Amino acid sequence: MSILVNKNTRVVVQGITGKEGSFHATQCKAYGTKVVAGVTPGKAGQEVEGIPVFNTVRDAVKKQQADTSLIFVPPPFCADAILEAADAGVKLIICITEGIPVNDMVKVKRALRGRDVRLVGPNCPGVITVDEAKIGIMPGFIHKKGVVGVVSRSGTLTYEAVHQLSTLGLGETTCVGIGGDPVNGTGFVDVLALFEKDPETQAIVMIGEIGGDAEEKAAEFIKQNVKKPVISFIAGITAPPGRRMGHAGAIISGGKGTAAEKMKTLEAAGVKVVKNPAEIGEAVKKALGR
Amino acid sequence: MNVHEFQAKQLFAQFGVPVPRGKEITSPDDATAWANELNTPVFVVKAQIHAGGRGKAGGVKITKDKTAVAGLAKELIGKTLVTHQTGPKGRKVHRLLMEEGANISKELYLSILVDRETGWPTFIASTEGGMEIEEVAAHTPEKIIKEPIDPAVGFQGYNGRNIAFALGLQNIEPAAVSPFIKMVGNLYRLFMEKHCALVEINPLIITKEKTVVALDGKVSFDDNGLFKHEDVQKMRDLNEEEPLEIEATANNLNYVKLDGNIGCMVNGAGLAMATMDVIKLAGSEPANFLDVGGGATKETVAAGFRILLKDPNVKGIFINIFGGIVRCERIAQGVIDAAKEVKIAVPLVVRLQGTNAEEGRKLLAESGLKLDVANDLWEAAQKIVKLTGKAA
Repeated sequence: MSILVNKNTRVVVQGITGKEGSFHATQCKAYGTKVVAGVTPGKAGQEVEGIPVFNTVRDAVKKQQADTSLIFVPPPFCADAILEAADAGVKLIICITEGIPVNDMVKVKRALRGRDVRLVGPNCPGVITVDEAKIGIMPGFIHKKGVVGVVSRSGTLTYEAVHQLSTLGLGETTCVGIGGDPVNGTGFVDVLALFEKDPETQAIVMIGEIGGDAEEKAAEFIKQNVKKPVISFIAGITAPPGRRMGHAGAIISGGKGTAAEKMKTLEAAGVKVVKNPAEIGEAVKKALGR
Repeated sequence: MNVHEFQAKQLFAQFGVPVPRGKEITSPDDATAWANELNTPVFVVKAQIHAGGRGKAGGVKITKDKTAVAGLAKELIGKTLVTHQTGPKGRKVHRLLMEEGANISKELYLSILVDRETGWPTFIASTEGGMEIEEVAAHTPEKIIKEPIDPAVGFQGYNGRNIAFALGLQNIEPAAVSPFIKMVGNLYRLFMEKHCALVEINPLIITKEKTVVALDGKVSFDDNGLFKHEDVQKMRDLNEEEPLEIEATANNLNYVKLDGNIGCMVNGAGLAMATMDVIKLAGSEPANFLDVGGGATKETVAAGFRILLKDPNVKGIFINIFGGIVRCERIAQGVIDAAKEVKIAVPLVVRLQGTNAEEGRKLLAESGLKLDVANDLWEAAQKIVKLTGKAA
């Protein structure tokens, strides 16, 4: 068991003939992911590392039974690409692209409401179920099959946590990057619910950061619904108010969304909050009584 | 990106949101010429800086005397204003907005931004105009009105009516209800079409003449949407930005200057923030946030070094790289090449982890450069803090 993706997931890569798209499609395939199709309008008939390219997602779904889309399309065309995937009937859309205008995402999120499709991202590293499917840009080799579910708003900081879990021999089930944008598809709460139900996942690492109230919502959910231990790190205790810290969503505005406030709320919900990111792995180990 | 009040009001006018007649002024002569043209009983001269609290800091002057405006302009241009939003160093005034005065009957508050929880554009309104909205929300939350707009269909008349009647506008000034609703709709169009992050009118006034006017205006834009709007890009005022941050942007780096003395260079925004936090935990303060991107190269590392070293507060540099797809030995080579190009006279600690980290560390150790290599994040942070001495 795992969440969201597994060895049977059939992936179509949108933007597969671009530099990023072709590189990562190849990497995902090398990891063992079933990358069954790629899409670049006007390039049907080509192949990328043996992956057939189609003009539309609809064709990719029809001819290759793709059920999940991985998107590398540049920001100006990305909202279009997400909506195309949803319309073509894929069940999971993982959008890596950084820099999509917020108002585009506002419209996309609204359009996806009530439909049987899940969006992860944008501006995220993707999703990996260890030894089964890597659908994203994370380095596969740092992961090790194990018992910890990881959910995060960040990329390299997630790798940092994963590296610690792997080194300590705890390993991971599935790692989900929900992305650093202010308006995204899947939130902490969605992923926490999935991990709570997943029999293989014994503990959950949640990596948050300043800005918004996703961590506060997660705290509320954890208090009511999550029995597995949750270990959390919140980045940005030293971040000044009113400044965007790299991620479009990482900003303290109107005194709201500080790391200190988030840590306090999570602790009150029974979450083990670590202040030192170098201690995430050790804290999980302790929580699991190992 | 933020813009000045006079630019916000230009956009308001363009979208049919009523504003006082006004103009950007950059010299006392300008002020006199515009005062003659404006020909109004009351002149308002407002310093234009990207910060709130200008009035309390002496940045807003009012006069009935047309001949006094040149003197007021002379006094304000070049003056440094210190407000609660500028920090202790303040902000130098380069331009003014001079406009006609208004007969205020009632002050209201109105803004629109995307509610991150719902992902819907949402209006926030209050009868407590002229006050900081955060203060109102903290002390009298019942006075905050929220109206989400369904992005599928956009602003509807009922959205405007919901806000107007919740404010009690029908009791304050019945004649203002209809123009107010129209104004709210126009603000929504501005917000969506120009990819704004925030549009705020505080105060929005009902005049004694029963009109609705945006007396102040603040607009900030979603940086991700700027590529669609050349007119907005032209509104950028480099005077309002930190010089090192301008240089960073030109090099496609994400840099935010802070007040500590340990410069840090990291790949990825989340890890960059975490690195700053670890520096603090180890007993010092970070001099900056710097994300060189997931795929750090020799060029980005060199640009990062140059920017860090231009900050006189920087007493040491901490490079923290988690190699993913980008291999550590390539990054190490980038650091070595860049360090040879840019003279580095402060202690340097490089922490490499991830893909081919060992090879990378070996390269650094054998490079002949004066630097410390670490593989653990906490160990590296303690090392750089020790080398630079504790922050004052």
